[in-house]
Amino acid sequence: MTALAPTAVVGRARFAKVRAFGGDWIIWLSAGVLVLFALAAVFAPLIAPYDPEATDLRNVLAGPSGDHLLGTDQVGRDTFSRLVYGARTSLVGPLAVVAASTVLGVLVGLVAGWRGGRLDSVISRVLDIMFAFPALLLAILAVTLFGKGLVAPIVAMSIAYTPFIARQVRGLVIASRSRPYVAAYTVQGFSPTDVAVRRVLPNISPLILAQATVMFGYALLDLAAMSFLGLGVQPPTSDWGSMINDSRGAVLLGEPLTAVVPSVAVIVTVIAFNVLGEELGDRIARRDA
Amino acid sequence: MTALLEVEDLCKTYRAHGHEVAAASAVSFRLEEGGSLGIVGESGSGKTTTARMVVGLERPDSGRIVFRGQELSSRPRGRSERLERARAIQIVFQDPYLSLDPRVAVGAAVEQVVKLHTKLAGADRRRRVLDLLGQVGLGEREAGTLPRRLSGGQRQRVAIARALAVGPAVLVLDEAVSALDVSVQAQVLNLLTDIRELTGVGLLFISHDLAVVRYVCDEALVMRSGEVVERGSTAQLLSAPQHAYTRVLLDAIPRPA
Repeated sequence: MTALAPTAVVGRARFAKVRAFGGDWIIWLSAGVLVLFALAAVFAPLIAPYDPEATDLRNVLAGPSGDHLLGTDQVGRDTFSRLVYGARTSLVGPLAVVAASTVLGVLVGLVAGWRGGRLDSVISRVLDIMFAFPALLLAILAVTLFGKGLVAPIVAMSIAYTPFIARQVRGLVIASRSRPYVAAYTVQGFSPTDVAVRRVLPNISPLILAQATVMFGYALLDLAAMSFLGLGVQPPTSDWGSMINDSRGAVLLGEPLTAVVPSVAVIVTVIAFNVLGEELGDRIARRDA
Repeated sequence: MTALLEVEDLCKTYRAHGHEVAAASAVSFRLEEGGSLGIVGESGSGKTTTARMVVGLERPDSGRIVFRGQELSSRPRGRSERLERARAIQIVFQDPYLSLDPRVAVGAAVEQVVKLHTKLAGADRRRRVLDLLGQVGLGEREAGTLPRRLSGGQRQRVAIARALAVGPAVLVLDEAVSALDVSVQAQVLNLLTDIRELTGVGLLFISHDLAVVRYVCDEALVMRSGEVVERGSTAQLLSAPQHAYTRVLLDAIPRPA
């Protein structure tokens, strides 16, 4: 046993090193992809060669060519231009959802975790109930109540995503509460609110950021689904979800390209956000261990 | 004459797995102005619970904590009461790796306490911070570093400087040197003795190690299972222990052959 121990330790150290190296390129790749999409969204007018809403009925469902990098759709719109412009609505929606639900979740989680007691029990039960409703269902409900478009689904999903952040923050705050450094702040005379907001929150914020990153991918998927169902972004505005919906007819005609392009964009973005968020969370957890 | 700190009949019971465990039962002691008192006992003897009640981190089931003739409430209300309580009693915790905020550099950690408790600003405040760090043997170089770059001994010095920044009348040291190497322990103990002479702060020194307590304190209590089983001068406890448990603790001290 004693003779074996050193080898085991060396083995683990080497494994950790390989992992860290393996993790590095995948983080950079994910971050790179996301930066690329973000830049495309910001500089869409400079990048897109055509007006994304300009139709050309003499040139429908064209294959990739020098004129149209990714071909055209069923009404002759340039797929590449629609993809680039689509990045705007496809990324802004999830950004709004993640921002709103993170602010709300941090607030709720901090209050529940820090105050504890009956207030925490009540908040936790409410969060449990909210977990029972899928975000997509709430978004569809909101659309039937308030009409189609981006606003209703974004508001509904912001609320539906709040428990994911709130529960994590609550757990982290409860764990922090018993930390000696937090006790030290209390003994030094800092007010409970000050300790919670200005001392504890900054210490747990990297993990919240990691969670928010993962959520971004899910929000993008859900909003794309809403647009695919025709309940989110309305035509002729380009959006990856509605692009997939628009090309259903083309797929039946044996021209899958217009559906494949936005699908790949959605899949790649969601995976990149997931990888980035999970890896960041892992690293922070390993560092803090 | 009123004592600096008077603790009367502190009781605390925890409920665990349906059992009631008396962490402290009727703990009483007096700490005179500028004095030093040791609390000795094994883990589970109730000494840390007592310390946490004294600094207000734990609410006693019954009993009183009287500071210079005034009873301290376990839940201070409002800013002034909170700061007043902080200036009465400060604490240095056992584990210097967990008791410092990992995000805050050493100088800033001391400075935020100075900022909270004094009106000093700008250059005056920075000078005060460096004075405090100087008192514990740390300099400008350490002021800019994060706790994780410091050794255990250095971190514990930071924790002491941070506690002193409040300007407390009583300093509680809860196993404050137990996590340190023996040579570093001696340095920190010397430092505490110096600080006590310099500032007149009263020390409540909690340890499982009677030899360490003797180094700092003139008087001590011995605790076991939440009760004070013996009390007296440290010299007397060492030379003529009355209680069987004190003798057991004494036998745990390594002696030169």
